Amino acid sequence: MSSPLAANAVLDRVYLEIRARLLDIAASLDRVSRAGGPESVELDPRLVQIAKGIDILSSGGLDRAERIQMLFSDPYVAHWNRRENRATNGAAPHN
Amino acid sequence: MYYIDPHVHMVSRVTDDYERMARMGCVGLSEPAFWAGFDRGSAESFRDYFRQLTEFEPTRAASVGIQHFTWLCINAKEAENIPLSREVIAVIPEFLDRPNVLGIGEIGLNKNTPNESTIFREQVDLAMKTRELILIHTPHLKDKFKGTRMIVDMLLEDTRVEPERVLIDHVEEHTVRVAKEDGFWCAMTLYPLTKCTPARAADIIEMYGDDRIMVNSAGDWGPSNPLAVPDFVMEMRRRGHPDSKIKKIVYDNPLEFFRQARNFKFTPPDTVRDEEHVHVK
Repeated sequence: MSSPLAANAVLDRVYLEIRARLLDIAASLDRVSRAGGPESVELDPRLVQIAKGIDILSSGGLDRAERIQMLFSDPYVAHWNRRENRATNGAAPHN
Repeated sequence: MYYIDPHVHMVSRVTDDYERMARMGCVGLSEPAFWAGFDRGSAESFRDYFRQLTEFEPTRAASVGIQHFTWLCINAKEAENIPLSREVIAVIPEFLDRPNVLGIGEIGLNKNTPNESTIFREQVDLAMKTRELILIHTPHLKDKFKGTRMIVDMLLEDTRVEPERVLIDHVEEHTVRVAKEDGFWCAMTLYPLTKCTPARAADIIEMYGDDRIMVNSAGDWGPSNPLAVPDFVMEMRRRGHPDSKIKKIVYDNPLEFFRQARNFKFTPPDTVRDEEHVHVK
């Protein structure tokens, strides 16, 4: 079920919204930098994540939103459900 | 356009919100049991809450012509308290035959803890024993992907679970396929900041199709908009999608899923009934 609109029509619709949101992000980052002690957050993992998110925005592809979601997500732990793992994570047996 | 909001917490909304929803075309809604904004202290408080969901809210809705349906459970946040949760699970069956009850929900995970997993499994077990539909809450923000995967793992490990009778809610770009690929229904919550927007919901539907998917407002204690579903309708119209496609998402799909519930009785608004008669002719 693709969009009925052509790319230029979509861009016409979203351009000002994107511009406004970029300004919001820029202003927020400026606010952090202007606040007292900016060196204390230089290596804050949240700012590192934000920088990676901006890199994703700058990349191409059709899945930037999904990649940004995953950037801000805790990883899934395979086999979390195994009985031998439950003693570690404390989950009670199902039965 | 008539619509059904399949997930909205009307206990947290004023009666004016019911009126606004009705004016915008809402003819039905379903309200899952959820967190009260504080951790409740006893199973009796849940019994009172279930009475509110099955007695008071339907009358409030009916005063503006909205049909109210509900789900019952101990929510994922309070599921961390296992003894209380088990007391509440024992209360739920008292209400399952009430006319507006659709099933067990919204159960799920909050911070993806072992206790939450334990109580989730026990409520799935209850739903299987009583043949109820299940409505799933997936966690917020950074916990969502991991928690959704864990929830699907637990559902698939129970061979009694029929995916077409389970609705996985609050899906977003990174979890919609996790839900749909195993045959579950899913829904997107149109909630500022912490969940999805009408535009992103429209994107997801354009990418993954309009089968087994819904949208809802989840009007809640936090900043939320009980008119978010009409906002989605507007977004889809602006993109040029026909009303027949939009109606499928906001009216037909919720009805198709809810019709599987034991108690479900829904009276379509007159216009829809007339359309059905024309089709029969």
